[in-house]
Amino acid sequence: MARNVTVRLGFEGNISDVRLVIPDDEPTPWQWGEPLAVVGREMARVDGALKATGTAPYTYDVELPGMLYGAILRSPYPHARVRSVDLSAARRLRGVRAAIERGEAVVRFAGQEVAAVAAVSPAIANDALALIKVDYEPLPFVIDMEDAQKPSAPRVFAGRANIGAPAVFEAGNVRDGFERAAAIHQAVYTTPVQTHVSLETHGAVARWEGDQLTVWCSTQGIFTVRDDLAVLFNLPPDKVHVITAFLGGGFGSKFGAGPEVVIAAQLARAAGAPVKLMLPRAAEHVATGNRPNSWQQVKLGAGRDGQLVAIELLERGSGGIGGGAGSAGPYRTLYRCANIRTEERDIYTNAGPSSPMRAPGWPQGCFALELAMDELARKLKLDRLELRRRNNANPVRALEFELGAKVFNWHEKSRAPKALGHRRRGIGVAAAAWHGLGSAGPQAQAIAYRDGRVVIQIGTQDIGTGTRSILAMVAAEELGVPLRQVSAEIGDTRYLFSVPSGGSSTAPSNTPAVRQAAAHLKDKLLRIAAPMLGADPASLEARDGTIRVRGQPSRAVSFADVCRSIPADSLCAQGERPPNYAGFRTDQAGCQFAEVEVDVETGAVAVLNVTAVHDAGRIINPLTARSQVNGGVIMGIGFALFEERRLDPISGVMVNPTMDDYKLAGPLDTPEITALFVEVANGVTNTGVLGLGEAVHVATAAAIACAVYDAIGVPVRSLPITPDKVLAAVGKV
Amino acid sequence: MPDNRDDGQRTRVFTRRAFIKGAGAAAAITSFIGGPTPPSAGVTRAQSSPTPASGAAERLGPDAATIVLTVNGKSRKIAVEPRVTLAEALRDHLGLHGTKLVCDRGACGACTVHLDGNPVVACMMLAADARGHEIVTIEGLGAPDRMHPVQSAFVEADALQCGFCTPGMVMSVAALLSRNPAPDMGEVKRAVAGNICRCGTYPHVFKAALAAAAKMRGVKPPGERA
Ligand code: FES
Ligand code: FES
Repeated sequence: MARNVTVRLGFEGNISDVRLVIPDDEPTPWQWGEPLAVVGREMARVDGALKATGTAPYTYDVELPGMLYGAILRSPYPHARVRSVDLSAARRLRGVRAAIERGEAVVRFAGQEVAAVAAVSPAIANDALALIKVDYEPLPFVIDMEDAQKPSAPRVFAGRANIGAPAVFEAGNVRDGFERAAAIHQAVYTTPVQTHVSLETHGAVARWEGDQLTVWCSTQGIFTVRDDLAVLFNLPPDKVHVITAFLGGGFGSKFGAGPEVVIAAQLARAAGAPVKLMLPRAAEHVATGNRPNSWQQVKLGAGRDGQLVAIELLERGSGGIGGGAGSAGPYRTLYRCANIRTEERDIYTNAGPSSPMRAPGWPQGCFALELAMDELARKLKLDRLELRRRNNANPVRALEFELGAKVFNWHEKSRAPKALGHRRRGIGVAAAAWHGLGSAGPQAQAIAYRDGRVVIQIGTQDIGTGTRSILAMVAAEELGVPLRQVSAEIGDTRYLFSVPSGGSSTAPSNTPAVRQAAAHLKDKLLRIAAPMLGADPASLEARDGTIRVRGQPSRAVSFADVCRSIPADSLCAQGERPPNYAGFRTDQAGCQFAEVEVDVETGAVAVLNVTAVHDAGRIINPLTARSQVNGGVIMGIGFALFEERRLDPISGVMVNPTMDDYKLAGPLDTPEITALFVEVANGVTNTGVLGLGEAVHVATAAAIACAVYDAIGVPVRSLPITPDKVLAAVGKV
Repeated sequence: MPDNRDDGQRTRVFTRRAFIKGAGAAAAITSFIGGPTPPSAGVTRAQSSPTPASGAAERLGPDAATIVLTVNGKSRKIAVEPRVTLAEALRDHLGLHGTKLVCDRGACGACTVHLDGNPVVACMMLAADARGHEIVTIEGLGAPDRMHPVQSAFVEADALQCGFCTPGMVMSVAALLSRNPAPDMGEVKRAVAGNICRCGTYPHVFKAALAAAAKMRGVKPPGERA
């Protein structure tokens, strides 16, 4: 049951009619130039007041009668056999209600969970940890990625090599390409392990009532947590109820039921009382995921005209005991080139497991590729922006380069003097790409009440992007009512299913389901209105708070009056997110420009301004969209200049698991940020929304590294670009 | 920072806290526990050793002792172990969950509250040491239906994303505006320099702070179109 529609799609200067096949009950995708009343306006987020007043209830704030506090004992050794765990003294401590063993025979990183307790206060729980006696047999370990690749290295996993199988991508033949190249650049680039540092740490509050498990959880995926726990505790999924009303950051580290969530539920069952277990900051750094490091040997070849003829990447990355370190995405995506070869390999080390982090692999790959492009441009004596333009693989990005260069003043700044005393100014530009298209799966419910209120319910969660607001805006748009009449309820597995919030999928996956649900609700309301207006439902439209005959605005009845005629308590409709349509384009282009000032006496780098140009499909709320750009850029500054997990080579323990020693970008590191959006009507879904969270983070560190190179004339090929590296580059140390 | 500016701030703070009112509050506490003057004033013992005379060393703990804190204008009596920080006391003993504990070592500003009008990180202060001071938390600043101008400016400028750093940010900005009603951008940045936001809300925080300052002074916020 499908129908054909023809819609106007594309972007400024590139609009065409595209035929799409869409399900029968699906609203026609918003097209280019579609006049919308609510969507596209700047709106303060609907739950802003709760956050600004400290009343938004996070998992961390949940308090239940009789609730106990959990704490986890972690291995001090990076690799050890656990011979025995003695919980008896801990159990005897006054106020302790439960103590459990994790049951792992071998621990593989310093910080791995070994045992846990629940007690009447957090302090007593911590006291009890000190009473647990563990007999460890320390084993040889390896934390350095290079060491781990040596044949003599201790094995992280017995019976498995530390070097994972290669993931190879090959197009054309790079050897032929390099033979034809007029200029070749080859160098090695490295990036450090970055940790997520969500301000709300991982954790949960678990409560059992018989075999019904309720879990308040700091998670990006309530349904994933539900399903994980259902399997682990052998329960039907409906016996597990997961709630995430508000989430204090996730950035990719909070999918599924992690050890701390499982342990909270185990402790709660053992103690026969609800247990709250939120991780302390150090554990958050060590054990809840990270962006793997990378070693990238990049080789680029180009003709005299700058046309890339070969791109080759040899990559190694370590996500500790986890995998998925690859960073080849940008090499295969950003530039047109006939001959590309990338080889990625995971290296296992005795360190905390990686987890997805804001555009996994991409900021690393983008940094190395883009700095290499600048080095190639220098060899070719070509303007760096021009080199990128000539090889650019995406027409939207061509427009973005043009727009960004103008707003950033690229050409003027290129000619400005670089040196001011001991300070050097530099500029850089880097391309970004992502694929925030979302996916099928979410199901939404739209309910109209007789007092005219509309409630949207969907089992998604807000990781901080303003999800409630954009969902309510989409529904308000479809129903032709003001935003204040609509509210969105999310963060609860009692609502209909939605996908985890990752991969920039929340907005593009959920808004189409909500729009469809609102459209179905509208159909029902039109049928109620039709006899009131003496018209056929098909001739009616919902606009400006009324339901009226299309083309005859005076034959109208107010939305409120129609709702008053709802025969039952409420009127209810559902919507389902279909798979993506072919649409106009399915990739998501962006680019960022950065200006820095480098002090060649101290080695300090300051980012002065960043211009970020991005395709977000249709922007629902420009205000919250800009917030996401700021966030992506500022996290990118941290990655470029400050952040690095440091492990002590002798003990294998993280030496900076705090927020003073592990540096994030702060207010004083914040540059002037200009966000520009190139609106693209993509027709991929009925809303055409793309996720923005990751696209806006991919290019920042790269643009900054390129700007530093421009400022001091020497590339710093290793992130973070700390003062010691800058001083070494300029020959001062 | 030039010294004279610091002096100026101190002077303003002192003036702003109407002295008589402050003395009155202290007297009220004193009469309530019938002991010497704060800070040791707020203590009553769970285990009954007599309150030490003024000047004598005071010993608390290791068990829970009953202390009195003045929070958001109200006297609140709680029994806490002496190791309990002000942040923990507010959250776990007084149910004031707006104050967030994020780094627990003074590095992020998420637990910022006002102590006698000055911003302090509540994770770096023992609850017992907060006796005799006026504590204001985010809950004392405003509520969703009657927000402080700083809070509404945060909402309007979207100076919050996940919102976890937001209470601390708001408290830092509110403290700034109470001692400096017309800050410039540099002063705003320095006032929140210790507040870390992983979502990167800083640019909107700066904007909100300047807008709130303008609004509280009754002038048009910077950059607003006529
Ligand atoms: S929690 Fe107090 S400063 Fe971070
Ligand atoms: S809004 Fe998320 S940490 Fe600041």
